[in-house]
Parts: sequence; C-alpha cells; structure tokens
Amino acid sequence: MNVTATLIGQLIVFSILIWFIKAVLWEPVINTLEDRKKRIADGLAASEKGMKDQELAAENAKQAIKEAKQEAAEIIAQAKARDTQMIEEAKNKAVEEADRVIAGAQAEIDQEVNRAKDSLRTQVSSLAVAGASKILGKEVDANAHKAALKELIEQI
Amino acid sequence: MSESNAPAISNPVEYIQHHLGNMTHNGERPASLVDFSVFFVDTFVMSLILALAFAFAAWKVGKNLDPDKPTGMQNILETVVEFVNQQVKDIFPTADKWVGPLAITIFVWVALMNTMDIIPVDLIPSLVAGVAGVFGYDPHHVYWKAVPTTNLDTTFALALLVFGLIIFYNIKHKGLFGYMKVFATHPFSASNPIVKVLLFPINVVMTAIEEVAKPVSLGLRLFGNMFAGELLFLLIALLAFSYWAMPGQVVLGVLWSIFHILVILLQAFIFMLLTIVYLGLASQGTDEH
Repeated sequence: MNVTATLIGQLIVFSILIWFIKAVLWEPVINTLEDRKKRIADGLAASEKGMKDQELAAENAKQAIKEAKQEAAEIIAQAKARDTQMIEEAKNKAVEEADRVIAGAQAEIDQEVNRAKDSLRTQVSSLAVAGASKILGKEVDANAHKAALKELIEQI
Repeated sequence: MSESNAPAISNPVEYIQHHLGNMTHNGERPASLVDFSVFFVDTFVMSLILALAFAFAAWKVGKNLDPDKPTGMQNILETVVEFVNQQVKDIFPTADKWVGPLAITIFVWVALMNTMDIIPVDLIPSLVAGVAGVFGYDPHHVYWKAVPTTNLDTTFALALLVFGLIIFYNIKHKGLFGYMKVFATHPFSASNPIVKVLLFPINVVMTAIEEVAKPVSLGLRLFGNMFAGELLFLLIALLAFSYWAMPGQVVLGVLWSIFHILVILLQAFIFMLLTIVYLGLASQGTDEH
C-alpha cells in the first residue's frame, strides 16, 4: 500500500503498451472493420441496383414485345392491303391485255378481208375479160372497155 | 504448499501480512507511504507479463487480419475493439486517434491484471516461493503479491497518465489561456466585475480540487476494489484453519470468485469509461462551458 518507484516503471510500460496497441491492433482492426462495413454497404447497394436494373430490363422487354406486336400487326395489315391491290392490278392488266389482243385480231381480220377483196377485184377484171372474149369468140381489148371493167370492179 | 500454509494458518495475522507484502528489489520494505527508493518487483513483473501477453496477442492478430472470415482471437479482439470504439464514439465529442487505443489498453490490461485476483491466492506466491527455494532463498521470506492492481503504483501510474492527458487535451482544445479561464470562471461565474474578482480565488481552488480529484478517484477506486477483493479472498482462505470450516471456505470462495468476475470487468470498464469521459470533457471547446 505504498507509492514507490514501481510507479515510473508502470508508467513506461503503460505508455509503450498504448503506442504498441495503437500500431498493431487498433488501427488495423478499425481499418478492417471500416473496410468490411463499406464492402457490405457496397454489396447491398449493388444488389439493390441489380434488382432495379432487372426491373427496368423487364419493363423494357415488355415494351419491346408490345412494339414488335404492333409492328407485326401493321405489317400484316399492309401486306393484306397490298395483296388486294396487286390482285386488282393483275385483273385490270389482264382485262387490258385481252382487249388489246382482241383489237389486234380484229384489225388483222379486217386487213385480211381487205386483202382478199383487193385480190378478188384484180382477178374479177381479168376473169370478166377472159369470159367476154370466150363468149364473143375474139380477143377483147381490156383497155377499150376500161370504163366498163372499172364499173364491175366497183360493184364487188 | 501445505508446509508453507501450516504456520501461516496457525498465525492468521502473519498469513495476511505475508500475502500483502511485496517483493522489493533489495528486500527492504518501503519506509513511508511514498518512498521512491524501493521498487516492487512482483507488481512490475506481473503487469509486464500481462502487458506482453496482450501485446503478443494483439500483434499476432493484427499481423494476420482476415477481413472476410475472422476466427478465434481475431473475433474476440475485434469485438473488444468495436465495443471500445462505440464507447469512444458515443462519449467523445471530436475524432481523436489516441483515445481509442488508450481506452482499449486500459480496459484489457486492467481486466487482465484484475483477473489475477481469480487465481487462487496462494498459487502464484507459493509457486514463486518454491522456485526461490530451489535457488536457495528462504521461502518464508519470499513475498509475492500477484495482483498488480492491488497496488497503488499501478493504479496511479494509469491515473497519472490519464491526468497528464487531461491537461494536454484541455490545452490542445481550449488553448492555454482558455484552460486558465476555466480555472478562473468555473464553477461560479458572474457578470459583475467586482463579484468576479471576489469569486476568482474560490473558483481556482474549486476547479483545482475538481481536476485533481479525477486521477485520485480513478486510482483509488480501482485500488480499493481490487485490494478489498484480494483481502476477502485471503480471509476466505483463512477458513482452512480446521477441517470443519473447509466447506465454508469452498462455498464462500466459489461465491466470491463468481461475484468477483463481475467486479474485475466492471472496474476495468469504469476506469476506461471515466478516462474517455474526462478526456471528452477536456476536448470540449471553451464556449461549451
């Protein structure tokens, strides 16, 4: 129960111990604890962010599907419209073509008729001359009866 | 042990006095209450061994800190560090890098030294006496007080360092003039200049007493508690004087040991907490007074 020189020894031990504990235990452990706390907080924040991102992505996906569906419906409608249009067009074209073919054939027929008539006309005059000369028994001058022949040809 | 016990038990006063005696560097007892010519080897060696044990554990843990999977000793020390750090954060007004290490050193070291009280009172002294006997000393004159905190030197060494730090923190945070002003205007303040002058000596004396009472109460509280606990263990050990009293010794010894676990930790905690509180008060600015 006395105060002695031990006091000084204890003071020295105590001071050194404080310094030592600060250096080897307190600061490393506090740093580790802070670090751990920060990492846990970061992890929680990251997981929350991930969850939010996932939600956002799901929302986006839903939106994209909706848009795609809409687009598909539009495309189908367009295609249908185009389909009917094309059929209509084809029909019109076919009708036109048919008309054209018919008109061409008609023209050809007319031409053919005219040509037949022409050749018939030239043959009629020579036939008439030949018939007349046979009937009369003598040569008939075609030039002399030119006017009569012409009249005959006109009648055909 | 039975040999050294036999005469001691037959003479209870001598038994207790023997246990309360310290081993000094030259075998002399201190002549007065304050005698700086003697050095208590037992107190110093015991506290040094415990300090080294704590330092070694701290070094071992601090060297291999595993941030992800704390195990064993790291868990224990991490818990203690976190606990002390929480106390410092709750009490201390500003961030300070020395208060935490100071507090944990006080807490753990004092707790370790107090724990020596739980070890049976005769075990360590008899062991030392036995070893000394091997080296040719008379075992009956080998003194060994095993609990460092039952010694004023240890408790006042702690308290004095804290006292020095209180003054240092006061000057650091209030300035030398600010600290002086606390002495002049605290606890009684007045706006009238004449009253101020009248109150000045009273204030100086009151504040001085208040400041000095801090380390004195710190040191004496720990010393008193541990000394009383040790003395009770010695008295309980005295019950071994006869066979019919032995059960009483066992029962009382167990009860007091269990109760003393509380005292040991509580005293260490109180010393640490008051240190933080005092230093926290010292770290407040002048305007907060």
